[in-house]
Amino acid sequence: MKAYDIVIVGGGPAGLAAAVSAKNSGVDSILILERDKELGGILNQCIHNGFGLHTFKEELTGPEYAARFIAQVKELGIEYKLHTMVMDISHEKVVTAMNREDGMFQIQAKAVILAMGCRERARGALNIPGYRPAGIFSAGTAQRLVNREGYLPGREVVILGSGDIGLIMARRMTFEGAKVKVVAELMPYSGGLKRNIVQCLDDYGIPLKLSHTVVDIRGKERVTGVTIAQVDSKGKPIPGTEEDYDCDTLLLSCGLIPENELSREAGVEMSPVTSGPIVNESLETNIEGVFACGNVLHVHDLVDFVSEEAGAAGKNAAAYVKGERKEAAGQVIKMNPIEGVRYTVPSTIRPDQMEDKLTVRFRVGGVYKNCYISVYFDDERVIHRKRPVVAPGEMEEIKLEKAKLLTYPDLKTITVKIEEA
Amino acid sequence: MYDVIIIGAGVAGAASARELSRYKVKACVLEKEEDVCCGTSKANSAIVHAGYDAAEGSLMAKLNVLGNKMMPQLAKDLDFAFIQNGSLVVCTDPETRPGLEALYERGVKNGVEGLRIIERDELVEMEPNISDSAVAALYAPTAGIVCPFNLNIALAENANVNGVEFRFNTKVTGFEKIEGGWKVKTDNGDYETKVVVNAAGVYADELHNMVSDKEMKIVPRRGDYCLLDKSAGKHVSKTIFALPTKYGKGILVAPTVHGNLLVGPTAIDIEDKEGTATTRAGLDEAITKCANTVKNVPLRQVITSFAGLRAHEASHEFHIGELEEAPGFVDCAGIESPGLTSSPAIGVMVADIVKGILNPEENPDFVGTRKGVLNPENLSLEERNALIKENPAYGNIICRCEMVTEGEILDAIHRPLGAKSLDGVKRRTRAGMGRCQAGFCSPRTMEILSRELNLDMREITKSGGESRIAVGTNKDSI
Repeated sequence: MKAYDIVIVGGGPAGLAAAVSAKNSGVDSILILERDKELGGILNQCIHNGFGLHTFKEELTGPEYAARFIAQVKELGIEYKLHTMVMDISHEKVVTAMNREDGMFQIQAKAVILAMGCRERARGALNIPGYRPAGIFSAGTAQRLVNREGYLPGREVVILGSGDIGLIMARRMTFEGAKVKVVAELMPYSGGLKRNIVQCLDDYGIPLKLSHTVVDIRGKERVTGVTIAQVDSKGKPIPGTEEDYDCDTLLLSCGLIPENELSREAGVEMSPVTSGPIVNESLETNIEGVFACGNVLHVHDLVDFVSEEAGAAGKNAAAYVKGERKEAAGQVIKMNPIEGVRYTVPSTIRPDQMEDKLTVRFRVGGVYKNCYISVYFDDERVIHRKRPVVAPGEMEEIKLEKAKLLTYPDLKTITVKIEEA
Repeated sequence: MYDVIIIGAGVAGAASARELSRYKVKACVLEKEEDVCCGTSKANSAIVHAGYDAAEGSLMAKLNVLGNKMMPQLAKDLDFAFIQNGSLVVCTDPETRPGLEALYERGVKNGVEGLRIIERDELVEMEPNISDSAVAALYAPTAGIVCPFNLNIALAENANVNGVEFRFNTKVTGFEKIEGGWKVKTDNGDYETKVVVNAAGVYADELHNMVSDKEMKIVPRRGDYCLLDKSAGKHVSKTIFALPTKYGKGILVAPTVHGNLLVGPTAIDIEDKEGTATTRAGLDEAITKCANTVKNVPLRQVITSFAGLRAHEASHEFHIGELEEAPGFVDCAGIESPGLTSSPAIGVMVADIVKGILNPEENPDFVGTRKGVLNPENLSLEERNALIKENPAYGNIICRCEMVTEGEILDAIHRPLGAKSLDGVKRRTRAGMGRCQAGFCSPRTMEILSRELNLDMREITKSGGESRIAVGTNKDSI
């Protein structure tokens, strides 16, 4: 069986940044396994700009952003295999993969970095009644057809869900000659970034209907129309509010699901909130030496933060492989997301294992205006940051300092919550 | 002139065609859709019923029990997935317990083997997720689950290999009595035949009524289903039926042969014979009522929902036989549940009827076995690597949810009566049937179909007809 120090599952933005970081941290034996025909993952179909503002201080397209990391991977001589599907990861970190040239093969890894990304929630998972004709696409599938293959998936479009991919596709479909009639969003707020609503809907006069959903799909062979209706506070359609739209296409942008089938099989403990692994400050799962980063860990809005998080995972995996980690002294602080905060990544912090500064990322469960993000060390409030608005569509973060945490040797719980003004 | 024309390439038509191919007959199957298994046969509970449900002495009871007995060997001969997982009819109200006894009695009279009434303790041991209110159940060890697509496809492929022709996209519009048989009129030319077999599912009444004044009425009885992810597939091991109560028939919870969990169906009589749209009320009913027999069904794991139409005839009986008023016209109608189970026996019965009319010789070249699309997951590592070395397409995963390789998709396209559409590939290989519901693999499968069938990407359909996926190219209208 071949052996590598670090096997990275997925060659998208998370896998690439983790590989570069691990290599720069002094590990040479690294292998990236990528199922697609090239490195870069979903960025390769994200041909719009807006990537890299934080990382490179300039606006890049998705492929350009990916190219910067791919160039580093190649310069650093990091090994990768394309067209290669990972079939299984064992608890003992034996990775089974398959491609056309090598057949099915196994690799013993000292450390594994999970960077498989996420998938889109499909129509079936949304339980939208109606027929099942052609013309219903998840936004990302439509994006691939348009941006990579040059095919138009439809001419008259209704979009359900205001996730970022849906918003981006509203603009793209308009550019390519389609008419986007409406974007319906079940929640009373958008799931996407504010800037995308302005730049992709408002600029093109595409209406966004909040608290609306699709209640019927018509057309037996190809979509001929959909009905949308307003929903009440529980998300139930309100009779009498139905509106029919003639269209040949329904795009769905209703959320992303971290793709963790391999992680589950390996025995990685999962968070029911993020659908991603539960990790500590080192982004390490319950299986020692198995790390996770990027959208497989929790769904991000911005690739810049994926790269940053993956960089940390790569560095931590390198430290693990090189045996540089100090023995943990035992203090494990539990992160406690409550009152508006849905989750935090990481879930636990061992102060003696953390970096000097640790970014804790989280999402809120609703829209809060003029509120405070508050952090409590046990009962003591240590952060009280005013925010004009926080929303589920935009990931939030707080920074914790090691020096400060070390002055709280008895600290058990760090609570993160939203406090209204 | 054909000896036999079979109308409908569903499971009843395909089984009849396959049985007829044992004889020297010039036979043809006419199907209005682009593929086999496009109607009732593709959207049902995928259950091989034991046979205690149908009325004692009915044709339905006889063919059910016979079909159930034939299924294990047929699954081996034709290489489709079948598991004899057993079924439980669960009684949740002590007052209705006599109903359980009645089912048991009827089953015994119908010839069902191994039936047993089990008490709560044994039931809980068998199915830990059984409802807390379950008091007893009828256990039928001979019940099973089957891949309805590949049962149908296998029968049709085998019939085709043995000489039966298939014409797709061919809808029958009328009949004319001619010397020695029938002229079958279609939207795709006329066909002359000595014998007609009417296996047209929900449309069987319309065809029947074209040649008979004894009017038949088939009501499409819609059933809505939810299919759950494989992570939920082990929630129950046996097929769980509810004992019918005064509130209705109840919703079944069953594993599928592919490891998913199926919840459904509802039973709603409708008018539209193409009315396979699910409704909010229907899905809600399936979701709510499944809790009567099984607790904690992980309904967040639903990956798709669908509706199927049962070809319900008022007498709830199979109508299989040559019409006195229309000699040479054989009905195979009213094939609703347990039609899938009964299909092997239906095929034999139809073939016997036709044999009685035509008196054909046996087909000495008949081959009764068939290999399905090779599933590399069933191979050892060494065998799998040998296969990939010989054909690298088996090393290329196209559908990542179901781990379907390009090799399997190529096999599905190029075998007899091969796949022509995304749904055709899906039913033969499961590509696109997993948790992402083809979001990831459909552009790739489209590329393969386009390359292999030499079609433009814009001509690739979901399921034939106007169900095209790509309607044009970027900016073609600007």
